[in-house]
Amino acid sequence: MTEPFIRLDGVSKTYRTRGKEFLAVSEASFDVAPGELVALVGPSGCGKTTLLKALAGLHGHDGGTLRIGSPEHPFDPARDIGMVFQQPLLLKWRRILDNVLLPAEILGLPMTESRGRARDLLALVGLTGFEDKYPYELSGGMQQRAAIARALIHDPKLVLMDEPFGALDALTRDKMNLELLRIWAQSRKTIVFVTHGITEAVFLGTRVIVLTAGPARMADNIVIDLPHPRSFDLRTHERFGDYTRRIYRLLGIE
Amino acid sequence: MSGKSDALHRYALAVISHLLLVVAWHLFVTLGKVPKFVMPSPYETVHALLVPNYRWLDNMAVTASEIFGGYALAVTVGVGLAMLFSWFRWLEMWLMPLLVSLNMIPKVALGPLVIVWFSYGIGPNILIAFSICFFPIVLTTARGLSEVEPDLLDLVRTLRGSRWQIFTKIQLPGALPYIFSGMKVAAVLAVAGAIVGEFLGSEKGLGYLMLQVQVTLDTAAMFMAVILITMIGVVLYGLVLGLERLLVVRDARIS
Ligand SMILES: Nc1ncnc2c1ncn2[C@@H]1O[C@H](COP(=O)(O)OP(=O)(O)OP(=O)(O)O)[C@@H](O)[C@H]1O
Ligand SMILES: [Mg+2]
Repeated sequence: MTEPFIRLDGVSKTYRTRGKEFLAVSEASFDVAPGELVALVGPSGCGKTTLLKALAGLHGHDGGTLRIGSPEHPFDPARDIGMVFQQPLLLKWRRILDNVLLPAEILGLPMTESRGRARDLLALVGLTGFEDKYPYELSGGMQQRAAIARALIHDPKLVLMDEPFGALDALTRDKMNLELLRIWAQSRKTIVFVTHGITEAVFLGTRVIVLTAGPARMADNIVIDLPHPRSFDLRTHERFGDYTRRIYRLLGIE
Repeated sequence: MSGKSDALHRYALAVISHLLLVVAWHLFVTLGKVPKFVMPSPYETVHALLVPNYRWLDNMAVTASEIFGGYALAVTVGVGLAMLFSWFRWLEMWLMPLLVSLNMIPKVALGPLVIVWFSYGIGPNILIAFSICFFPIVLTTARGLSEVEPDLLDLVRTLRGSRWQIFTKIQLPGALPYIFSGMKVAAVLAVAGAIVGEFLGSEKGLGYLMLQVQVTLDTAAMFMAVILITMIGVVLYGLVLGLERLLVVRDARIS
């Protein structure tokens, strides 16, 4: 077996505000293999974002060990993380192409090269022809695609997505799910994807990590053994139903 | 898209509404047989420009420099101070509450003090204009600089972006619409500030001229002075709007 790309072992995180302590994540342990698309699913407030921020190195953690990278897949925390949030958070005053270039600018990457890359990425997310538009000229779904292109511009090894399609309507969301799978297959990134949607998690994930409510405790770590490339026919697959039922049960919804 | 003809249409309507006001004014005065010293006709008002004693150009230049000077000073100091606030949190915590209290002072009431301290002339009037239009600029700029999406900050932080990068790439351009909304409010206040200064004590300027002709009941000249003051204000406001169009993307503008 290849060495895992991410290894969490008993990771806990306590928030301390005004003298009060709040345990948000308790004893999370799981591995992510290079190139996996792992879905984190759990109820609101259970600590998914907290866990993602710990992976991003945005805040420390209290207990356990968190290690990203392996000798085979070295990881530079300063330039190997791409982030996508629930809101696109594009800069209103920048054209789409320049929005995508933001991480490249911050990292000081060569600009002519990055510009070409940004165009390729916009093509990958289906936004050719929108390079010179401003964010307000794009629909919510299109803005989120641009945000995904922005997360990939510096060619990070790990992409962290926090409910990236949570603000989209159901139809657009389905479409974006297929797009994401295509982008993932083409870019071969390791992706950690946070969602509330159980079907979304099963449909996208090579693995689903189920967290239960506060503090986030790992309830299960399910390998989704469904064929790739995936299409929506899969949702009628018997095993797809088994997986979703199992997760619903874990979360106490029956 | 009918963007261009739409803009032309709006422009035409604006011109027509102004002309209609002049026509209504004219009709009101002539049909109502209003005495000239109460309200002059548009023609009589323009005619006042021919009195050489009133030194229109000189007075207008003085008032314009007071307005533009006070305004430029307020924009520079206001935006600069707000930037310092965003860089040094402790400075903001010390000074911001103070500014909010000072903002409650009716600035007009400071006029007599300014004159006691600095005597009169263009300089003190610039100070009065400055003091009256400085606050909205600091307050809106500080607000704009602090309105940054926390998630966006996280994104920059994962890339180890510097504080300077956050400032130049996110904070400052994000604050521009706020800065302009403060500058628009301030443009109106600067005009009022300069005129108040001239009323309180001066020997030049359109406000000063108004006090002079008040004595002789030359209402036409007073009307003309008000119109010229307004025009200076319109030019200032227009410049700010033009600059905003140049610098701020349409969607981000705050009126
Ligand atoms: N900065 C903070 N300080 C204190 N408590 C926090 C902080 N951030 C989050 N929490 C608390 O930690 C818990 C987990 O928050 P988190 O944002 O990780 O949940 P989540 O699973 O992402 O929820 P959602 O699905 O609604 O986004 C919540 O109870 C929240 O109130
Ligand atoms: Mg969250």
